[in-house]
Amino acid sequence: MPEALHDLSLREAVTRVRQRAVSAADVTRAALARIAAVDTGIGAFLTLNEVEAIAAAEAIDRRIAAGQDPGSLAGIPIAVKDNICTAGLRTTAGSRILERFVPAFDATVTARLRAAGAVVVGKANCDEFGMGSSTENSALGTTRNPWDPARVPGGSSGGSAVAVAAREAYGALGTDTGGSVRLPSAFCGVVGLKPTYGRVSRYGVIAYASSLDQVGPLARDVADVAVLLQAIAGHDAADSTASPRPVPSYAAALDGKVKGLRLGLPREYFVEGMQPEVESAVRAAVDHLANLGAIIEPVSLPHTEYAIATYYLIATAEASSNLARYDGVRYGLREARAVLGEMYEATRARGFGAEVKRRIMLGTYALSAGYYDAYYLKAQQVRTLIRMDFQKVFDMCDALVTPVSPTTAFRLGEKTADPVTMYLSDIFTISVNLAGLPALALPCGADKAGLPIGLQVIGRPFDEETVLRVGHAYEQSTEWHRRRPAP
Amino acid sequence: MAITRDEVRRIAALARLRLEPAEEERLTADLDHILEAFARLSTVDTSAVSPTAQVEEDRTAFRDDAVTNPPATDALLVGAPARDGRFFRVPKIIE
Repeated sequence: MPEALHDLSLREAVTRVRQRAVSAADVTRAALARIAAVDTGIGAFLTLNEVEAIAAAEAIDRRIAAGQDPGSLAGIPIAVKDNICTAGLRTTAGSRILERFVPAFDATVTARLRAAGAVVVGKANCDEFGMGSSTENSALGTTRNPWDPARVPGGSSGGSAVAVAAREAYGALGTDTGGSVRLPSAFCGVVGLKPTYGRVSRYGVIAYASSLDQVGPLARDVADVAVLLQAIAGHDAADSTASPRPVPSYAAALDGKVKGLRLGLPREYFVEGMQPEVESAVRAAVDHLANLGAIIEPVSLPHTEYAIATYYLIATAEASSNLARYDGVRYGLREARAVLGEMYEATRARGFGAEVKRRIMLGTYALSAGYYDAYYLKAQQVRTLIRMDFQKVFDMCDALVTPVSPTTAFRLGEKTADPVTMYLSDIFTISVNLAGLPALALPCGADKAGLPIGLQVIGRPFDEETVLRVGHAYEQSTEWHRRRPAP
Repeated sequence: MAITRDEVRRIAALARLRLEPAEEERLTADLDHILEAFARLSTVDTSAVSPTAQVEEDRTAFRDDAVTNPPATDALLVGAPARDGRFFRVPKIIE
């Protein structure tokens, strides 16, 4: 039986389109047919872009027919997380307050995808404003893990990871503020990268916590992630925090050369209460990298235990400020009232979900007079210590290897009753955001129920090349990234 | 108790959130529980540590102060909950 189009890797699909072995329009139609066949059961998408997607794919076919360069992502169906603006296509951030919001412009990452020839097939579900670890905080839909529909996909970029795992799209964009690309990648068995803070523009990304937010690609293997990163990375005049450093060739970094690389194994990332299968799979992956010639160094990141508190004070403080813009005046939901202040309060009460309100309240509290020094300033100081921990170990190591999460995907509803239990899902991912580092999540095993286990590779600032190199070398000699959920 | 119901009301007013009584009760319990879990932060010695607001690996990039986006009044007003010509409409704020 010939391989179905949706089973191809992103790179293989680009090659076939560019060689005219298949038309971009047919690739897009196949993706839309796949979505129609499987999405009802998993809910990756909030909005589909069927008509525009086929028109965009046909435009790529015309470019190819005319002998023009169709781009590195020629005709490739991509899912875009619904907190990333897409001109003319509804963008909700998973919130009631933006349920009918249609942006007038593309985010820079969206524009760069399109310029590279990618076809935006739809908008992927997410926790409201990216605030969550399971996608259960979306106000607009339930997303399920394709490996077991009773389980969460992880969050907040759950729809992006599910679209890739279920082969509804060849790749996706997510955003990662505290692990929101890496956790769903691990739970769904795909590859996801959180780039260095400043490597990718945030212009047009609906803000949650601006000092932590970063857009990242998801795909089915490391080389596909590298292709997507190449398309979106680089300076943007519309985002002054987007670094002007030159963007290297990420494909060139995939050379398999891990011999002699020093990989740190932080002891704080192997904790009591971890699912034993996660620990053994990650340790086996580390042994595997050692067999490939990497040098494994035990290291310590002593402030790791404070990372959850530090993150949830800083992120919520920034969120309380960022979300002040939702006032019912210029766009989004309005609850009509005769008095302006009452309109604000009623609009926000109706438009925001429980977790968003909780985070706005926590952040407002941490910033308020009398508590600022004890909470917000304290968290910013501990952030410095967490960052210095990494700086010290990167004097000795080229990258760090850790689990992505202490467990595999948990059940829907399992952690919704207690916010602190949910926050602890991020324990191995959030320090990376506080320090602004790049980190890759990739499959490295499965538990006895068959649920994927994720390996995390953390790098120095702007050293995406090393984390991709390590992940790719691991993949070249293992099969975990080839596992696919049925059907 | 790290936080009281009165404080929750005061914070909600600052955040422009109207809370139902049941939400107030739930948020008081939640914030209390969260702050309790975060209390260990106060045990870290930060007397000689400067705060990090942003990881600035590079200096902020500057650009010329030139207008690059053309006015798009209609495109931007399309999403307005209420408009009047080229203006956003809001409830009267001056008696």
